[in-house]
Amino acid sequence: MHTASKPILRADAASFGRTEGSGPNLSSFTLDNGLDVVVIPDHRVPVVTHMIWYRNGSADDPIGQSGIAHFLEHLMFKGTERHPAGEFSKVVSGLGGQENAFTSFDYTAYFQRVARENLKTMMEFEADRMTNLLLEESVIAPERDVVLEERRMRVETDPSAQLSEAMAASLFVHHPYGIPIIGWMHEIETLNRDHALDYYRRFYTPENGILVVAGDVTEDEVRRLADSTYGRVAPQGMRPIRVRPREPEPVAARHITVADPKVEQPTLQRLYLVPSCRTASQRDCYSLELLAEVIGGGPTSYLYRKLVMERGIAVNAGAWYMSSAMEDTRFCVYAVPAEGVSLQALEEAVDQVLKTIPSEALDADSIERAKTRLVAETIYSTDSQSSLARIYGSALAIGETIEEVRRWPVEIETVLKDDLASAAERYLTPRRSVTGYLQKSAA
Amino acid sequence: MTASVETLSSSPTQVKVLTSPGGVEAWHVESDVVPLIAVSFIFEGGSAHDPETKPGVAQMLARLLDEGAGEYDSDAFQERLAARAIELSFNAGNDALGGSLKTLVKHADEAFELLRLALAEPRFDQDAIERVRAQTIAGLKYQQNDPGVMATRRFFEEGFAGHPYGRPTSGTPESVAAITRDDLVAMHRAIIARGRVKVAVVGAIGSDNLSALLDRVFGSLPEAKPLGIIEPAQLQKIGSRIVVDLDVPQSVIRFGMNGIAWRDPGFIPAYVLNHILGGGAFTSRLFQEVREKRGLAYSVGTSLVSYRSAAMTWGYTATKNERVVEALDVITDEMAKLTSEGPSDEELQKAKDYLIGSYALGFDTSTKIAHTLAQIAFEGLGIDYIARRNALVGAVTQADIRKAAERIFGDGRMLTVIAGRPTGV
Repeated sequence: MHTASKPILRADAASFGRTEGSGPNLSSFTLDNGLDVVVIPDHRVPVVTHMIWYRNGSADDPIGQSGIAHFLEHLMFKGTERHPAGEFSKVVSGLGGQENAFTSFDYTAYFQRVARENLKTMMEFEADRMTNLLLEESVIAPERDVVLEERRMRVETDPSAQLSEAMAASLFVHHPYGIPIIGWMHEIETLNRDHALDYYRRFYTPENGILVVAGDVTEDEVRRLADSTYGRVAPQGMRPIRVRPREPEPVAARHITVADPKVEQPTLQRLYLVPSCRTASQRDCYSLELLAEVIGGGPTSYLYRKLVMERGIAVNAGAWYMSSAMEDTRFCVYAVPAEGVSLQALEEAVDQVLKTIPSEALDADSIERAKTRLVAETIYSTDSQSSLARIYGSALAIGETIEEVRRWPVEIETVLKDDLASAAERYLTPRRSVTGYLQKSAA
Repeated sequence: MTASVETLSSSPTQVKVLTSPGGVEAWHVESDVVPLIAVSFIFEGGSAHDPETKPGVAQMLARLLDEGAGEYDSDAFQERLAARAIELSFNAGNDALGGSLKTLVKHADEAFELLRLALAEPRFDQDAIERVRAQTIAGLKYQQNDPGVMATRRFFEEGFAGHPYGRPTSGTPESVAAITRDDLVAMHRAIIARGRVKVAVVGAIGSDNLSALLDRVFGSLPEAKPLGIIEPAQLQKIGSRIVVDLDVPQSVIRFGMNGIAWRDPGFIPAYVLNHILGGGAFTSRLFQEVREKRGLAYSVGTSLVSYRSAAMTWGYTATKNERVVEALDVITDEMAKLTSEGPSDEELQKAKDYLIGSYALGFDTSTKIAHTLAQIAFEGLGIDYIARRNALVGAVTQADIRKAAERIFGDGRMLTVIAGRPTGV
């Protein structure tokens, strides 16, 4: 419920494309006030998923106000002049609908899932809270407490979450991807109504939004409904500007440790600073995507076979790549040591295995298997209108095009062995890395 | 090939009962919009049947079924799955060992063959056993001092003390270390049998093709022998408040009381009542009182738990140590109010509207449909349940709610477990 989503799973970053003739027959257009619209028909059940995405996330938080994007996401449920706090949720619930929202580094999104005949009602409410949020002083303090409890739940009581935060803070020396989406505790505590209102006025505009409707609808119907609801929201003249610094070229291999008496099972994590689907040149993002699958996607991956099956030095090992990001992003390698194996010994073993990627990991079968799995995921995703809505919404929110999403499987299919070797050699290097140890401390 | 078929009309999805020539029954939804097949299956028998001193056998069994079968060792088996992007997984709970299979239509034969091998001919190679054992123990240690896991574990230990449901389903590092290959083989023989399984299949496959595959996979399994009886149980220690000490700034709270099983005629009113108190919408009383009005917690809610031999209602929240007493007071208050005054007519109507309207949302992906159908079959509610269910919700009256509240809340006492360092408890 109102989650600060951490898009670390590949599923979040994966994209869809038309393969085997099974893709959605989607369409897109832009309203006069600048709101982008995507329609993804799925007529199997009389249900629609209605999502509005805003092109602002935690990486757009003003300095000193970390967590404001996420806090505002919570406050968006607090009512407008026309619809007091809680009314929208009551209406959704009374219609048998479901709703939620989430904040990520690059975007914030709100959604409802309802019977198709209620789509217009959802649009009316959502368009209303795009500009008419009241933000009465009385709702600010309790909701800030809710967010503080959310942070306590997710981070303050969990040493592994603390390690993840510390590693990101270390990997990104300059870019706000190093700041947690939910914000730092001491800054959340100081967030107030003015911060929220300033942020809201800056980012919640039609030009900054993307409406995605998936389900039992047609393009014409959505266009008509969107025109008569969202279409009435006045444009601001231009899309808000996102100020994003670029990471400098990294030079320092970094090692950090979180030691806590609660830790009974140590773990090892490694992050590398790598280009994202938006910053990569020469198709490096497709190579990195496939590389992560070949070396770290499940029990037939190179890392698992070497470290778990052959050497028995780890009980688990894998890798993932967060391709979906506006700026340079993270590639993660992780391993869980077997009983009696130190994190130092495990790290050494991981480094040995990573060095042999170009010579040993890239046999034709392994590459083919990884491609099959990635492409199949895009077909599986067509089974879920919510997944499709998320895939297209998140892609557009970071500046990708529908065509790029569609082409994704073809791009993956055409990655060559040499591309993988080259990506591994250029990006999985110590100077780009942060290594994290989670271990037990004396109480 | 012949298959007997009966069709149902007024439900969120068109389900047929399919009986194969070999006598295997499955609930089948045919849909060729997406080129995939989703299968869900549930075998009666789970962690409650673990040897008394070795909790964790059923879960370890579930984790070993895809670690080598037939002529394929673990790595070869996993490679066959991965090469065709076939997704196969197993899990074990208190009463059942279940699983799911997802495949592209073009790989259906291979997918069902791998499922057959995993169920009928798992190898239990010693190296695979040791690897899964090490992974299981590492997983248990990883969660050992997580406040939520600690609170839940203690809640079951206290609430079902002396009963199989009181034991940790995934075992303990010590019990998992003691599990032998013989334990796994015996559990496999006891659970994976014909007549013990419910199957649901959704996707782009016709009745004839499916019948043949069902016979191959499930028709060849041995006949079921009776399992050990799990005695009926009720939640104990109602009225106790237990603290599990842990040095964290926020306490995790689990609270529980009596329940009403899914198969019980009183279930649907209890389900509506639960929705009003703490069901999964932003409108529930606990969400409003604990979170919206007071900012006491990020998450708060309740749910009905329905096992084969026990039922309970339990809830969860987490709040900073200094506000634990306040949060518990608010929760107890709301339950007392619901017991004495009941919901308003409007509140009841809204709850019913939500539950009726949202039912279809659970039928929008093949995987969800297969899972829901298999659950309904496992509970023995009948294939017409899907069509009847909304009418049952619609018929719930204030008198039904009062009866449910009496059975569930009783005198208002709860079993409460708090993991953290709460002040004033």
